[in-house]
Amino acid sequence: MTIRSILFGAAAAVLLASSPALAAGGETPRPERMSWSFAGPFGMYDQGQLQRGFKVFKEVCAACHSANFLYFRNLAQPGGPGFTEAQAKQVASEYQITDGPNDAGDMFQRPGRLSDHWPAPFPNDNAARASNGGALPPDLSVIAKARSYHVGFPGFITDAFIQYQEHGVDYIHALLTGYVDPPADAHVQPGLHYNTYFPGHQIAMPKPISDGQVEYTDGAPQTVEQYSEDVSAFLMWLAEPHLDARKRIGFQVMIFLLVFAGLLYFTKKKVWKNVAH
Amino acid sequence: MEGHSTYQPKGKLAQWFESRLPIVGLIHSSAVAYPVPKNLNYMWTFGAILTFMLVVQIVSGVVLAMHYVAYAPVAFARVEHIMRDVSYGWLIRYIHANGASMFFIAVYIHIFRGMYYGSYKAPREVLWILGVIIYLLMMATGFMGYVLPWGQMSFWGATVITNLFSAIPVVGPVVVEWLWGGYSVGDPTLNRFFSLHYLLPFMIAGVVGLHIWALHHVGQNNPDGIDVKNVAKDTVPFTPYATIKDIFGMVVFIIFFSWFIFYIPNYLGHSDNYIPANPLSTPAHIVPEWYYLPFYAILRSIPDKLGGVVAMFAAIAILAFLPWLDTSKVRSAKYRPLFKQFFWIFAIVAVGLGYLGAMPAEGGYVIASRILTAYYFIHFLIILPVLGIVERPKPLPASIAEAVLAKGAKGGAAVVTGASAPETRG
Repeated sequence: MTIRSILFGAAAAVLLASSPALAAGGETPRPERMSWSFAGPFGMYDQGQLQRGFKVFKEVCAACHSANFLYFRNLAQPGGPGFTEAQAKQVASEYQITDGPNDAGDMFQRPGRLSDHWPAPFPNDNAARASNGGALPPDLSVIAKARSYHVGFPGFITDAFIQYQEHGVDYIHALLTGYVDPPADAHVQPGLHYNTYFPGHQIAMPKPISDGQVEYTDGAPQTVEQYSEDVSAFLMWLAEPHLDARKRIGFQVMIFLLVFAGLLYFTKKKVWKNVAH
Repeated sequence: MEGHSTYQPKGKLAQWFESRLPIVGLIHSSAVAYPVPKNLNYMWTFGAILTFMLVVQIVSGVVLAMHYVAYAPVAFARVEHIMRDVSYGWLIRYIHANGASMFFIAVYIHIFRGMYYGSYKAPREVLWILGVIIYLLMMATGFMGYVLPWGQMSFWGATVITNLFSAIPVVGPVVVEWLWGGYSVGDPTLNRFFSLHYLLPFMIAGVVGLHIWALHHVGQNNPDGIDVKNVAKDTVPFTPYATIKDIFGMVVFIIFFSWFIFYIPNYLGHSDNYIPANPLSTPAHIVPEWYYLPFYAILRSIPDKLGGVVAMFAAIAILAFLPWLDTSKVRSAKYRPLFKQFFWIFAIVAVGLGYLGAMPAEGGYVIASRILTAYYFIHFLIILPVLGIVERPKPLPASIAEAVLAKGAKGGAAVVTGASAPETRG
């Protein structure tokens, strides 16, 4: 019993020592956990949502952000927004791509093809900075996996059981809907903008989208909330284009392994039947 | 791998071959006839699980290397190419990235099992030290592998860890530049890390061979920590008894592994590693992979840089001296009531250090890591030597057969099959 009391004493001392640090920090509120169609063991992307999200991305985000790992062919690949090949070709052909050199040694412009990657809005990082008040708009290819927020104990343990992997999308959704008037005591530097969910609250990106800015043809509400959800889902697909296949195969693998483990368990029992152990 | 096999090939050709290269006999004696203590529990399946994980990592790694390019300007994009364009590349990469974590989960269970049941004691000291060497090689391999995707944590993790060597007096800065192949972590560093990351697993495989050789020479320890006295009464042949049990344990482990691969593949990684490496922008918190966190906490708990580095390496090196630091003659914690409690305190302290390693090095976290670091060393240097002298162990059973019978009797009528419940206990 003495050891047990020493143990509790030590644990209490450690907890007490850590508590000031636990209390400090965490001014930024946690993003709300949305219910995404692609969450959980059977989650799949919602094609309609990805198509709407793509429209927002194309008309709004892509004006400043690159997405260098996105190819036009991806738009028609299985598990994506579900465009037909003809539609993807149509999207590609709306862009002029620099190709070459040709036989005369000159670079030339031609309409985009499926094998081209999404054209970047700026020729290089310096040009992007120069047009954006010195801030570099990050590439959006894997942004939904490159952003997260602190969960802490014990949430990060339970997240492994509930298969929560949507830190990035939840953060992006919160950020896009997090532009509010700064509180009276907040000092926002010139050229920066107040955002509830951005660490430090001062973000270089101005409020990117307003109600009614992007026209939806499927009757979905044309609100900032809806735009944010759709484009966040699209960015998740952009970061993890094979999620549908992963979850589908995962289920098949799990079923096989569970049955196999069951059979092995009974085989093991039978083998060991006459051995005391 | 022990002595001359009793294996007699039946066919003429097999006999001709066996008399020239007795390799089938070697396999027969070490994986079929090899005597295994009857009382092993499922903690003993982790040796097979670790062998399996080494094979998984090598096979998936070789395939990844076919598509990867270790050149700093394109390394990040090549990993994304694997994730997006290579057929099932996402699967292979998630297997490899999570496989590293699974390998460490299994090795930590394996190490703590060895500690709990006193598997490091005579005559298994060399076996244990070989294990510590494997663990060190694994840490080096895992660290270099984490650098290859060339994300922010790759770059800054490499910067922090290689900078540790600058603490070496006089030659430190020269050693660090030699490691980098330049004046900072850069393309030459990435290239050599890729080369070494491909080499070290085969060195691990070599030491694993020695580890298994030593194991088969001295025989396995067991939950009662007593020697095999009568092979017929105390042991069963490896095949089918251990084989089927190991395969079952392995498949259960693969279910756990698959949960990560298919459902939470990025859970154990850091989101910053999906941002391409940028030498001009330091992440707010540089956090190593979870399996180094206890040692990272020890490193940061010492206010002096050289002291921190020495403490961190000492925390690993001290494991090699465990056979001589533990003065008790009794192996298994089952018969050591005091040691059993201190073992669990130590396990909690190790996990606590891991937690603190992930937290920022400020305020109360620093004080807490200092307390736990001190306890980590006190456990090895004071508690274990003293415990062996002052502790009064419980009486040991006369033989494994007797221990098994006693357990069966305690479990009630189900002498034969009812042993599964206590078996699962750590």
